[in-house]
Amino acid sequence: MSTNVTLPGSTGLQFKNPILTASGTFGYGVEFAPYGDLTTLGGIVVKGLSLEPRAGNPMPRIAETPCGMLNAVGLQNSGVENFITEKLPKLPTEQLPVIANIYACDPAEFGELTAVLAAEEGIAAIEVNISCPNVQEGGILFGQDPQQAARVTEAVKKAAGVKPVIIKLSPNVTDITTIAKAVEGAGANVISCINTLSGMGVDIRKRKPLIANVIGGLSGPAIKPVALRCTYQVCKAVSIPVIGMGGIASAEDVLEFILVGAHAVQVGTANFLRPDFSFRLVKELEELMEQMNITDLEEYRGSLQL
Amino acid sequence: MHQEQCTTLTVLDNVPFGTVSGENLFFALRIERPEWADWQPGQFVMLRPEGWALDMMWARPFSICRVSKRDLVIFFQVVGRGTKRLATLKTGDKVVLWGPLGTPFAVEDKTPTLLLAGGIGIAPLVAYAQKHPQPWNLHMEFGHRMPLNCYPFESINERITAANHHERSPEDLAHFLDLIETSIAEYAESDGLVLACGPTPFLKAVQAFAAKHNARCQLSLENRMACGVGACLGCVTKTTEKMTAKGVAAGRAQACEHGPVFWADQIILDEE
Ligand SMILES: Cc1cc2nc3c(=O)[nH]c(=O)nc-3n(C[C@H](O)[C@H](O)[C@H](O)COP(=O)(O)O)c2cc1C
Ligand code: FES
Repeated sequence: MSTNVTLPGSTGLQFKNPILTASGTFGYGVEFAPYGDLTTLGGIVVKGLSLEPRAGNPMPRIAETPCGMLNAVGLQNSGVENFITEKLPKLPTEQLPVIANIYACDPAEFGELTAVLAAEEGIAAIEVNISCPNVQEGGILFGQDPQQAARVTEAVKKAAGVKPVIIKLSPNVTDITTIAKAVEGAGANVISCINTLSGMGVDIRKRKPLIANVIGGLSGPAIKPVALRCTYQVCKAVSIPVIGMGGIASAEDVLEFILVGAHAVQVGTANFLRPDFSFRLVKELEELMEQMNITDLEEYRGSLQL
Repeated sequence: MHQEQCTTLTVLDNVPFGTVSGENLFFALRIERPEWADWQPGQFVMLRPEGWALDMMWARPFSICRVSKRDLVIFFQVVGRGTKRLATLKTGDKVVLWGPLGTPFAVEDKTPTLLLAGGIGIAPLVAYAQKHPQPWNLHMEFGHRMPLNCYPFESINERITAANHHERSPEDLAHFLDLIETSIAEYAESDGLVLACGPTPFLKAVQAFAAKHNARCQLSLENRMACGVGACLGCVTKTTEKMTAKGVAAGRAQACEHGPVFWADQIILDEE
């Protein structure tokens, strides 16, 4: 049996298994090293990096909701330089694909940030968070407009050199396939989807929003049907490989995303169930595949019968 | 190196303490002892019952109250959805637990140390009193709203001198705050140490008194947490330029990693 995943096309990306950890839910990986062997994971995507350090949003930033959570962390991070000097050297990058997730406010800044990361041998790929406002264009989210999304993709591609570029799509759009096609056309090597769904919660007694930012991103099993639908649609719309995510909390969930066409998946909020969650999931997927007589994931992938 | 820090453990018992209007709101949860090398008072564990479905995803953080050869005890008050469900845990149930986590209270054997507890915030200070090598240097002032028998106060009183203040009215609270300001000023005078744990308004008051009287003071925060290991950035507190902890940047520090115990002059408590 093989859980190996090779992303087709020119990416050269290979994972031991299809299970990666999602940005913002697995820190810089090192936080989870006491709870399992990082090199057993398919890969990790680190917390969103920006060019300069960012303080993020005010507290409270997170709230538990039925089968999920809301967050408005606001991309707090110590900046890309700090990541490269302090965090990256602590990761076993030779045996573990480490993917840098990036965030910027205009295409030029995206390019600059990419150039810094492209020079790092330990970075396997760059994942671009386009669920952020374009300050030059009056704050519309890059990920909500096909042209903006394409512009960011081009800027990142130009600076990325040989590093594969993954564009991470937002589900907060009318038709996710138009964005998917736009970023494919602009040279994206891989698409990952979905980022969090825009959501909100209130406390009826305190008459206050659950998080200070009022509106936040919903994640966890509550969003899985939406995530699966988006992944399915994107897989059908583009010919580049797709990494699916949103609410994955079991080996069965992993196979659902692969069944609709995803090459690999990312696990986010479920890492908070227990810090060894993703490590255990790798083993559980193998067991499930054995039980279901799946010997080759590539053969199973996209085999949904309609 | 890989250590097994996240384990499944059996509940030994879950015993209610004192009642409030006939309801059990306070519990001492006793779990079989995890295989830890060591732990320090002020540290906490993340705990999530194995039987919880996905409707409640987060584990809950709890200060370590006592650890013996056989068991680990945490103390909790029913305040929300999670603790309400934890109250139904029974002997033999399984819980997933990781820890010990976070930065503990400072221990200075010979320094006169004032422990200030507000309500359920007494839990880590019980641990502190139990583990301190020279308990005769400790004194506690404990403010509480619910009846005294709801809290593990008795056990602390056996080891150190402790006074309790039942707050039934705003005047009681004002009196309690006056009293702790006087005490903080005294401890500052003799270069003592002040350690506090309790609700945020209480911590803010302690922080202000400590600043005014230039007292060395640590506060233990009870921020909302999801991961407990420094990864989600949901539990952060604002920091001042005096923050010395390694790896803290952008004016925010994770309470689960750099706290829950912070030096009072290194944090700003103006949010949540
Ligand atoms: C606390 C938190 C922080 C996140 N931070 C980021 C981030 O920095 N960049 C990003 O692209 N996505 C971020 N995400 C989104 C996740 O990577 C993921 O796309 C989303 O949570 C859906 O997956 P899940 O349901 O498995 O959590 C964050 C999610 C959470 C819950
Ligand atoms: S609880 Fe996640 S960073 Fe502290």
